[in-house]
Amino acid sequence: MKIPYYPGCTLNTTAKGFDLSARESAQTLGFEMEELEQWNCCGACFPLSPGNVMALAAPAKVLTNARKEGESVTTLCSVCYNVLKRTNVALNEDKARLAAVNDFIEEDYDGSLKVVHMLEVLRDTIGFDKVKEAVMRPLGKLKVGAYYGCMLLRPFKDVGIDRHEGPTIIEDLLTAMGCEAIDFPDKIECCGAHLTMGREDVVEKLSGNVIASAVNRGAEVIVTSCPLCQYNLEKSQESIMETNAGHKEVPIIYFTQLLGLSLGQTDEMAGLDGNKFDIRPLLKERGV
Amino acid sequence: MSRIGVFVCQCGNNIESTVDTGQVASDMKEMPGVVFSCTYKFMCSSPGQEMVRQAIKDKRLDGIVVSACSPHMHEKTFRKASESAGLNPYKCEIVNIREQCSWVHHDTTKKIGTRKSNDLTRMIIERLKKNKPLKKINIPVNKKALVIGGGIAGIQAALDIADGGREVILVEREPSIGGNMARLSETFPTMDCSQCILTPKMVEAELHDKIKILTYSEVEKLDGYIGNFTVTIKKKAKYVDESTCTGCGECMEKCPFKADSEFELGLNKRKVIYTPFPQAVPNIPVIDAPNCVMLTKGKCGICAKVCGPGSIDFEQKDEFIEEQVGAVVVATGYDLMPNERFGEYGYGKIKDVVSGMQFERLASSSGPTGGQIFRPSDGKVPEQIVFLQCIGSRDEAKGVSYCSKICCMYTAKHTMLYKHKVHDGQAYVFYMDIRAGGKRYEEFTRRAQEQEDAMYLRGRVARIYERDGKVVVQGADTLSGTQVVIEADMVVLATALVSRPGADSLAQKLGIGYDKYKFYNEYHPKLKPVETVTAGIFLSGACVGPMDIPESVSMGSASASKVLALFSSDEMAREPIVAAVNKQRCNACWDCVVACPYTAIEKEEVKDRQGNVIGWNANVNEGVCQGCGVCVAACRSKVVDLAGYTDEQVFAAINAF
Repeated sequence: MKIPYYPGCTLNTTAKGFDLSARESAQTLGFEMEELEQWNCCGACFPLSPGNVMALAAPAKVLTNARKEGESVTTLCSVCYNVLKRTNVALNEDKARLAAVNDFIEEDYDGSLKVVHMLEVLRDTIGFDKVKEAVMRPLGKLKVGAYYGCMLLRPFKDVGIDRHEGPTIIEDLLTAMGCEAIDFPDKIECCGAHLTMGREDVVEKLSGNVIASAVNRGAEVIVTSCPLCQYNLEKSQESIMETNAGHKEVPIIYFTQLLGLSLGQTDEMAGLDGNKFDIRPLLKERGV
Repeated sequence: MSRIGVFVCQCGNNIESTVDTGQVASDMKEMPGVVFSCTYKFMCSSPGQEMVRQAIKDKRLDGIVVSACSPHMHEKTFRKASESAGLNPYKCEIVNIREQCSWVHHDTTKKIGTRKSNDLTRMIIERLKKNKPLKKINIPVNKKALVIGGGIAGIQAALDIADGGREVILVEREPSIGGNMARLSETFPTMDCSQCILTPKMVEAELHDKIKILTYSEVEKLDGYIGNFTVTIKKKAKYVDESTCTGCGECMEKCPFKADSEFELGLNKRKVIYTPFPQAVPNIPVIDAPNCVMLTKGKCGICAKVCGPGSIDFEQKDEFIEEQVGAVVVATGYDLMPNERFGEYGYGKIKDVVSGMQFERLASSSGPTGGQIFRPSDGKVPEQIVFLQCIGSRDEAKGVSYCSKICCMYTAKHTMLYKHKVHDGQAYVFYMDIRAGGKRYEEFTRRAQEQEDAMYLRGRVARIYERDGKVVVQGADTLSGTQVVIEADMVVLATALVSRPGADSLAQKLGIGYDKYKFYNEYHPKLKPVETVTAGIFLSGACVGPMDIPESVSMGSASASKVLALFSSDEMAREPIVAAVNKQRCNACWDCVVACPYTAIEKEEVKDRQGNVIGWNANVNEGVCQGCGVCVAACRSKVVDLAGYTDEQVFAAINAF
């Protein structure tokens, strides 16, 4: 089974491990994530003003190209997922907008593409039971906090892959992988997102809250599906350690990396070298 | 030739300002069959009515047309006047030239209004010529009432009807009457103990020789019509013989098994053979069959061994009882929105987040904590407690756009109850608006804030989570424009009031209407608040919509007065506007039977002299028929006609336009 796959720019640069581990995991689970032949940046930000047709052009172009290759497209990055899915909804709910965008990008997109996240593929197409069967290296009840951030869930009406208050899709996957999923209150709070470019203090506070909340509940590792969250949670820990020497570093890794490890991938395949805080000592401690 | 009189009303200036009533009267005088016409300032006044009566007598009129306001207003007035002058009331017709003419036209030259009034009046004159004198239908009345629901509204209705000397059957689904009110600790705004004021009424109902209480029972079926209903009641097996049980309670004491108490909303356990609460009426226990080891596995039977009178009967079966009643009062009450819907507030996950009704039990002296406020997780006295209002109410996303009405008041009450029991504690209330309309209600909520130290914060709560044994409440205070974080020990949610599960299926059994929230519809929200569209069925209490105790009691009494008025004579007269089938031409296709929304049309056998069935006819039951006319439209062979609205009359009016 081949699934059309849109990596987006981060997965080709700073988040290579995310991309690599996902593809390898897919292979193990019996499907192939086939990168779109033609793709461009998703735009990285969904235009909030309904009149802003221009900003829809880039994601619409992605959707158009993907539609030529199949009926659905799978993403990994939460931001890409959010932007592509919402663009699709925006184009579908207003045919005049769709026509204007089509005129501009000189395409004939009809709005019929389905945008899915890899988590949805694992849950709905493959099934977490199947993931559980495929696990070769149970992760020794590693205590993992699933951090959703905002992009996977909100706005609920357009995006939500799970309940917007109290989602469990990542926890369900973690449990299937043999980890102990840690539920923590701040798992759907904001990490600070793009403020990292101008207001690091805000990001430090917000991301710091997320980490503290997870650690307070006993999490040893935090997984995410958003490269920006991953960056912010790592970065803020650096600043925290500057002021608080007692802070014990918490590895922030992509859920696919942990999935890959549980499916028996090597450290290279799981792209563990790309992470600032290494998970390997923890695994060694557990004897896995 | 007809002798018709036309009376055109000016309604002060209401009609006269855009209709030349004098012109209308003189134009109508020219119509064939019209022998008299006049106009008057207020035709509905006593002198106006006298004019009508005098004209009928003097001019020997055989029909009158009154061009005035809507027939909803004064049709009765003029039909009465006609009757007293010796004219059949159904030979009096009203033309609406006010709501449907003068009020909608603003032409002060009166041209348009006058022309339209002429058209309308002319149509009705032609219609009137085809009117047949009709007689009110008399139907016998069975003077026994059925009250469905044994909460405070139903108890009040039953007591008032019984005090009026009529028999009542009070049906309650639970093992005891009392309803939600039995759960409450104290009641606003007087702070008197709920059970102390309710239980005397429960006992009164039990001891009343005109009231028969059927608990653990549900209405299965209702047939018939006003004055003549047949109700089938399912009496669920209690596994206890009610005639011999003395209510000593030995069985409950010795029963070795426990289950969650419905009455205590999961805050406590009860035995498997139980009464919901100590003051239960009747004081006869029931066995919770799915949890009873004897009934499921055939082992135990301790209750039967200890029972002195030998009242335990494991062989008991559900029983169906049929009763004849003349009127029905529906008082099935309300429920609270299911808690699982509030994931963001930690309901179901965090033990110390409870519903308002659970808090009532915690504050009740007969509750699981004996009236002490202990939080459910560890039994500690909460030092900080947060109350959240409008949980689910006024929230389209949760499917409830209405205000639940009583929460502002009971939350204020909760803060006081808390303060009276935990003197050093602090209560916080998050609210959207404070709606305290009612006698001494506003004063009550002010008292909570000003004298009882409750901290009111205007804003919503975003989420609630646990941290270090505390329940952290994160919300907004919109008055100061700040974010608020409260480390509370306990949280109470004022969840939305919703209709009872199964309210819709009961409505369908009874043939009454309900809205999209499955609250029952009144006949008219202002002027007929306890009647339903089905004659003889009345409504009381929160099955109509969220309401407090005083309102429920008022509605109970109001329904009772309606029932007693209905029962005041042996027969009741009703409007003769009913359908009739021309049986010679009916071909028994049953389209009308299917179309009739009131199941008023029966399939009737046609027999020869030997009694053999030789054919079938549709037959309209005059008692049930509401005169809606759907059957007339449905009939393919055009053999159903509606008295007072016959095809002949309707076409005569149309042709006169």
